[in-house]
Amino acid sequence: MCVRRVPDTATRIKIAPDGKSIVTSDADFVINPYEEYALEQGVQLKEKHGGEVTLLTLGPEKSTNIILKALALGADRAIHLKSENFPDDPSAVARAIAAELKTVEFDILLFGKKGVDDDNQQVGPMVAELLGIPCVTQIVKLDISTGKAVAHREVEGGGIIVEATLPAAFTAEKDLTVPRYASLRELVAARKKPILVKEPQQFPGILETISVQYPPPRPPGRVLGKGVEAVPILVKVLHEEAKVI
Amino acid sequence: MQGPILVFAESSGSEFRKSAFEAVTEARRLADLSKREVHALSIGHEIRAQASSLGKFGADKVSVADDETLKLFQPDFYRQITLDLAKKVNPSVILLPATSTGKDLAPRLAIHLNTVVAADCTELEIRDDQFIATRPAYAGKVLLKVKMRGNPKVATLRPNVFTAKERVPAISPSVDSISFEKPTSRMVVKEFVTSGSKKQDLTEAGVIVSGGRGMGGPENYKILEELASVMGGVVGASRASVDAGWRPHSDQVGQTGRTVSPTLYIACGISGAIQHRVGMINSKVIVAINKDPEAPIFGFADYGIVGDVFEVVPALTQEMRKYYGKS
Repeated sequence: MCVRRVPDTATRIKIAPDGKSIVTSDADFVINPYEEYALEQGVQLKEKHGGEVTLLTLGPEKSTNIILKALALGADRAIHLKSENFPDDPSAVARAIAAELKTVEFDILLFGKKGVDDDNQQVGPMVAELLGIPCVTQIVKLDISTGKAVAHREVEGGGIIVEATLPAAFTAEKDLTVPRYASLRELVAARKKPILVKEPQQFPGILETISVQYPPPRPPGRVLGKGVEAVPILVKVLHEEAKVI
Repeated sequence: MQGPILVFAESSGSEFRKSAFEAVTEARRLADLSKREVHALSIGHEIRAQASSLGKFGADKVSVADDETLKLFQPDFYRQITLDLAKKVNPSVILLPATSTGKDLAPRLAIHLNTVVAADCTELEIRDDQFIATRPAYAGKVLLKVKMRGNPKVATLRPNVFTAKERVPAISPSVDSISFEKPTSRMVVKEFVTSGSKKQDLTEAGVIVSGGRGMGGPENYKILEELASVMGGVVGASRASVDAGWRPHSDQVGQTGRTVSPTLYIACGISGAIQHRVGMINSKVIVAINKDPEAPIFGFADYGIVGDVFEVVPALTQEMRKYYGKS
């Protein structure tokens, strides 16, 4: 089960003076929301079928906070591939994670569908391709029976039902689960759970950010009026001025 | 950077998706800038008859893999077919739509081609033989310009951002069939279950009528459904109304939902929190209807009406009915 830290979605994003990166020093960091849904799924599967939930995190020293939080939420142990400046490149991240997973036995590999910071949405299927295992992305439901999984994917206009042989990977969509809260007792107990810290294998980044900009501001709009009297005016401006109807 | 621009032209049933035409049009524009060919790939079932229609949007060549087992997106099969073609034609650029299929397929291809994906792009350019992609990150709070080392460059295109444009005269593309040998796969896509009526997806809709906490309850979305239906649009929702269980997650617009860019977005009883704003700010025109004149949504809507959604929306539906009845 792969988790990582991201700035909270309510955070205001500031561009660094170099114009190529984001200032994150004053952001609140949380478990990537899609990985919270995945983690909850992992813990529910453990409660139903037995087994263990192991976390795998690639990230800086400061990731310890979210690892402890995830352990409190029901994971049993963690592997922390600690790196302060790993390339911001999903293919490099996927290669490092796949290299580590080749040394670990598992039935089910869970990811969030994407990180809410870079929105790349690539690591899950890339890791699965490198390991040669099935991967079902954007799942909203997962049922496991002996050696087999049935997952529901959310796609445009409906859902898709996919059957996969284990071991297999899945990436979580928002509707997969409702994450639980950790009690104070669980937060304390998490500190006793094992965290294996090691260095990730290094892979070069292929993706390079040339510049970061704020999106252009929208021109100021206007309030057309109050209540139903404004409705005919709205239809008129949408037709004559905005030309969208 | 040599080689054609390869486009994965996504289809649904026996028709191409709008995003396929958008991707082919953009590939043509890039190809004209750099004297390349546009090679489209179509994978599906009963799609062969449509293949040459990609010429209208600028495809020089179309390769088609048409087989009953390819009716639904089977990741292992689609990946193998695309990879085999890529190895044969050595594309400089591979474009896919940033749909649920494209977002799943692109990283699988990229990792086997020793590259990475520029994901969900909103602008592409080839400048001094360099491929530069603009893509939103942090749900659109910032825009990144990125480049990639090595070839090919793989990019997914956000639906509804690039305009599909028919060329005059159309190209009549050469069409060839790809014989398809099923690779071994340990996953099977069983079936597609539609979500009720055959409705457009939010990301491809031209008009979205969205409701928030101000709608008061699930039963009240009926008035939004009516307005959307008159305008040929679909209904969206804010996170508050999805978290309250009033609407399914597939309707959610915002940072943990869909990012949309329709021609017209009508926000009803939505305050306009940052996480909602980033999901819809690239709509061409935004209309806000809210009883609170201080709601943040009025700060970035093009047109606002301060008023009760339960009065204004039905009145608007009636007015639109008149409008569409006349024209």
